[in-house]
Amino acid sequence: MNHKVVPVRTYLLIWAILICATFTTLGIAFLDLGPWNIVVALMIAFTKMSLVVLFFMHVKQQNNLTRLFVVAGFLFLGILIALAMSDYGTRNWLTPGRMW
Amino acid sequence: MADLDTTIEGHPPFLQHHFDDLHQQLDSSTLGMWVFLLTEIMFFGGMFGAYTIYRTMYPGAFASTSRYMEPVLGGINTAVLICSSLTMALAVRYAQIGKRKLIRIFLILTMIFGIAFIGVKFSEYYMHWKEHLVPWMDFQYPEHPEFFHQAQILFCFYFFMTGFHALHMFVGLGLLTWLLIKNERMSFGSEYYTPVEITGLYWHFVDIVWIFLFPLLYLIGANK
Repeated sequence: MNHKVVPVRTYLLIWAILICATFTTLGIAFLDLGPWNIVVALMIAFTKMSLVVLFFMHVKQQNNLTRLFVVAGFLFLGILIALAMSDYGTRNWLTPGRMW
Repeated sequence: MADLDTTIEGHPPFLQHHFDDLHQQLDSSTLGMWVFLLTEIMFFGGMFGAYTIYRTMYPGAFASTSRYMEPVLGGINTAVLICSSLTMALAVRYAQIGKRKLIRIFLILTMIFGIAFIGVKFSEYYMHWKEHLVPWMDFQYPEHPEFFHQAQILFCFYFFMTGFHALHMFVGLGLLTWLLIKNERMSFGSEYYTPVEITGLYWHFVDIVWIFLFPLLYLIGANK
């Protein structure tokens, strides 16, 4: 068939990285990094997601059509959040001295 | 699979007649499943988007809720789900090479991890219920009375997002049960393992949702 059978070693390696990243997320949450807490947490989450999508969900070996659909999914989620925030995040620009 | 088509009378038993070959059938099923998962991304995405808006509106109230969350239990549950993703990936791997016994073992392990996750999650719900943290149901917030209303927004997100996630876990457990029965009745192998692959995609997707829910709901103000 078109899908290569991935060695067990690869799955175990990805699993180990994901577990380490989980405990890193937990540990870093108790440090006070100011606004960087959420940035670091989301960066780790995006890395974990990419590993799951590429290796566990086999997108690494999929054809380009499937890859395009996967990327489109996250692109539209990005548009949803970016456009919503471009509204809510900038409302105070019109009224000086008012936050929301 | 063109060689099979020519060497065997008719076509392979798992090939549905509207596909050219098994290769095309698997690719189509995978693409179809991803289209479904895109609708799931947008389903959870709506909640993540609303969460983002309210968190930027009420950062103090959202951070104040973290003292009532259980970050260690949440972390353990994240690890449990990652383990279940590993066993699911291995079940798919052994379906690809047609090892019925190993498929059975890894499907059952995946279900055990899934049930463990739901058990921990519902014990957390019970603790929140005991602490009066369920919005509209005798909600109490004595430590920060100024956040009484705003904190309920976070708890609404918490119960709806983790609740819909738990619902997806139940659906996943149902699919795994169906695979377990299917695995006994027919032989998965290199020619046909589509149901295992597709269910795997769903299971990993539910894992990814939790990967984001954990830092966003449990760890907002853990350092305060």
